[in-house]
Amino acid sequence: MTNSTISESVKLQGRSESSSTMNTSIYRRRRLVNAFNMGASTLTMAFGLFWLLWILFTLLQHGLSGLSLQAFTQSTPPPGSQGGLANAIYGSLMMTLFGTVIGTPIGILAGIYLAEFGQRGWLAPTTRFINDILLSAPSIVIGLFVYEVYVVSVGHFSGWAGAFALALLVIPVVVRTTENMLRLVPNTLREAAAALGTPQWKITLYVTLRSAKAGVLTGILLAVARISGETAPLLFTALNNQFFNNNMNQPMANLPIVIFQFAMSPYEDWHTLAWTGALLITLSVLTLNILARWMGSQKTQSH
Amino acid sequence: MEKFSNNQQMQRQLLLDNLFRIATRCFAFLVLALLVGILISLIIGAMPSLSKFGWGFLTDSDWDPVAQKFGALVPVFGTLATSFIALLIGVPVSFGIAVFLTELCPNVLKRPLGIAVELLAGIPSIIYGMWGLFVFAPMFADHIQPMLIDNLGDIPLIGLLFQGAPMGIGVFTAGLILAVMVIPFIASVMRDVFEVVPTMLKESAYGLGSTTWEVVRYVVLPYTKTGVVGGIMLGLGRALGETMAVTFVIGNSSRFAVGLFEPGQSISSALANEFAEATGEFHMASLIELGLILFFITFVVLACAKLLLLRLQKQEGKAS
Repeated sequence: MTNSTISESVKLQGRSESSSTMNTSIYRRRRLVNAFNMGASTLTMAFGLFWLLWILFTLLQHGLSGLSLQAFTQSTPPPGSQGGLANAIYGSLMMTLFGTVIGTPIGILAGIYLAEFGQRGWLAPTTRFINDILLSAPSIVIGLFVYEVYVVSVGHFSGWAGAFALALLVIPVVVRTTENMLRLVPNTLREAAAALGTPQWKITLYVTLRSAKAGVLTGILLAVARISGETAPLLFTALNNQFFNNNMNQPMANLPIVIFQFAMSPYEDWHTLAWTGALLITLSVLTLNILARWMGSQKTQSH
Repeated sequence: MEKFSNNQQMQRQLLLDNLFRIATRCFAFLVLALLVGILISLIIGAMPSLSKFGWGFLTDSDWDPVAQKFGALVPVFGTLATSFIALLIGVPVSFGIAVFLTELCPNVLKRPLGIAVELLAGIPSIIYGMWGLFVFAPMFADHIQPMLIDNLGDIPLIGLLFQGAPMGIGVFTAGLILAVMVIPFIASVMRDVFEVVPTMLKESAYGLGSTTWEVVRYVVLPYTKTGVVGGIMLGLGRALGETMAVTFVIGNSSRFAVGLFEPGQSISSALANEFAEATGEFHMASLIELGLILFFITFVVLACAKLLLLRLQKQEGKAS
């Protein structure tokens, strides 16, 4: 009995030894393929970071020199003279502000419907689907739409048209985050409020929405970050204005389009201003992004 | 008496409840109406050109504002070509980044690197365009392009793609910059779907002696197939509609050319350049029809992406 087991194990050993030479070659090849592919994967990560750093570096290199008080106090100059970006910065701020103010309530209410009342019927799933498509729809088409609907009927380009176009870009972002954040609120909270006899509108506004506040704010910040760098929808809505303008009913200067125009021009001092504007926009957008993510992470940690 | 007032209050709250529900419903409906509105307004705006040129609009390569004769072939071709180049470069890179972030990256670095990739997505497209025009294009024209033209330009067939003057701007540059722009989108979707693969599946494969690559190739990828394709389509949707980055570097020529280094035109760059100063009814209508075509293509691509991602969610057994 014992003998037979020993002889068997010896046999087994012998077999494994003879096949081990073949195994090592397969083994080595597999390791080689693995090392190669994992190395490539690490390289692609470096590739991605490389572009980010390169772009940020050029922005700082070209933009910092133009960053002075003048950039914030003077309006865009004609070629060959001194000036700043004050009118463009002001216009961008106004349009972003109004775009957010118009778009956010619509987005939040639609998001509430999807999360709280959207269990049955066709409207909620369809809206969710369409909303996700609008989320990545080409922004230039949104500009065309506002042009067709608003600019043509009013008869002139205006700051309001720009704000409407931006509002249309805010809506899908806010709908999406509001819905997701409301869904994270535990149902027991709603049930507890309902058991106390609270009407549903109060539950939604004072209990559910309030406990999802941080998440919804994150969504709004992300939306602001997105629209503050958008150029395409402003091309045929707000147009541009060389002078300082406080009237939203007139064509309005804004940073992205000033950058576009100045960068495409042949004048050296316009290029410098364009780089300064580019640096300003990128810094504010990235700050907003980081702020939003930071708020988002605060929220998830507390859970 | 008290009972009566209670009843009244109840009625009021019920009324408010109904009002609230109807109000939110209206706004949800508004989102739907938005899409339909975009479609209708574009069709109305494009009517003159739709009725004059018909289907020939898609196959005609003339774009002549003086003769009021328009065809969409060049911009449509430019849009598809740049997006194709972007995916060709972007997909493998995004895949590598997603694999790195899910399988290789040490835990300490996971979050900062993830954020860095997302910041790349946050940079406004006009910055990419400006950077491409002033920094990348001159460097590309001076150092890389002449080399490519010298070495590859003489090969039959493929050589045709690599001929042309080394100007730095053109279809290839636009595609490359689009690639950098879509990488973060595709990579973050891929990372998200890779993370839903049950750890037990991966651990079983490791337990059988698989290498990391084999786990990715034979366990993770088959499990997340639909999600990966969905992510790629999402990136494609972005690339197709991107405006500013392309407008800066594509060269804006409405002449038809197949070379990679030739200047070209995409739908969105044509719109950005010509719309504000369009002359005549047909010029305007043709531009709007271009917008309609763009909207239609992206709609189809994004809808497919969304459906694929939904299928993955169902298969996973998780409620949306």
